[in-house]
Amino acid sequence: MRDIIKRAVVAFGRFWWDFLVGDTPELFVGTLAIVGSALLLRHDRVAGLSVVVVLAVVFLLGSTYRGRAVTRSVADDDVREG
Amino acid sequence: MSATEVALAIAVFLASAVEMVEALTIVLATGATRGWRSAIEGSAAGVALLAVLVGVVGVPLVHYVPIGTLRVVIGGLLLVLGLSWLRKAILRASGHQALHDENRIYADTVAKLGDPAGPGPGGARRDALGFVVSFKAVLLEGMEVVLIVLSLGTSAHLLGLAATAAVAAVIVVGTAGVIVARQLSSIPENVMKMAVGVMLTSFGVFWVAEGTGLRWPGSDLAVPVLVAGFAGITVIAVTLMRALVRPTAPRVASALADREGLAR
Repeated sequence: MRDIIKRAVVAFGRFWWDFLVGDTPELFVGTLAIVGSALLLRHDRVAGLSVVVVLAVVFLLGSTYRGRAVTRSVADDDVREG
Repeated sequence: MSATEVALAIAVFLASAVEMVEALTIVLATGATRGWRSAIEGSAAGVALLAVLVGVVGVPLVHYVPIGTLRVVIGGLLLVLGLSWLRKAILRASGHQALHDENRIYADTVAKLGDPAGPGPGGARRDALGFVVSFKAVLLEGMEVVLIVLSLGTSAHLLGLAATAAVAAVIVVGTAGVIVARQLSSIPENVMKMAVGVMLTSFGVFWVAEGTGLRWPGSDLAVPVLVAGFAGITVIAVTLMRALVRPTAPRVASALADREGLAR
């Protein structure tokens, strides 16, 4: 019984880790930064809303560019491996 | 219906349809190799469990968690999910990642399950492997749908509308799947994924700000404006990323497809 519970807890934790972090940890960090900025700037409407939107765009573009870099390294591995 | 309700219903419908296409490919392959009875029963069991999850988790969330806290947490989840879908859709649309290939997944699943000693497509008896594979496919692909239904439904207090949109997608895609059988690859999955990514990101940004007390100009009307803005950013990103594609792209796509296998 203890084994079943342990496996269920591990599977549950792994699901959330894959869902939140997975192979794009920068998006998780970006989301934390967006939430943190919104909380810090909640008394300044214009700055708060602007920063939230800009951060979302910056992290999206940055992560997509990183995805291209990861793709390139896969290609380079592929070339090296022949 | 308000702008938020329309956008929410479209987002949930498209997200559910995308995941349903992925699950249906495996269910169809399972039915064709292990028998339709077990494939249908496995799928039905998966859908039932997902529906129970929505009820068991969603209803208490709406009633007992303060709306501000709920919107910040849910907005964060939507952002993680939306940005991740959007990133993947941009990389696929610009040629940096292989497109999701339903034909290939279908063929791989048939090859894996097509045991000559198995019951075969016309088998009337129950097949444990067919049941488990279908159940798992529906459950795993449906988990993201459940998260989206719960996120959008609870943060806007529109759980019923979100669940209805998801069920409608299951019915539409299921019916289309039965009619077109193995032609699921003709469904423009990446475009749908991109649209969902844009909407989830927009809702995520909207709810995070609202949850922390920042009020959007025009209130709910800010949602379609955000959707239009992120759609524009996505188009620009795809254009820019296309310019960065190297001649090795087909090999990259092939290598990535090999690494992804059946997992996605």
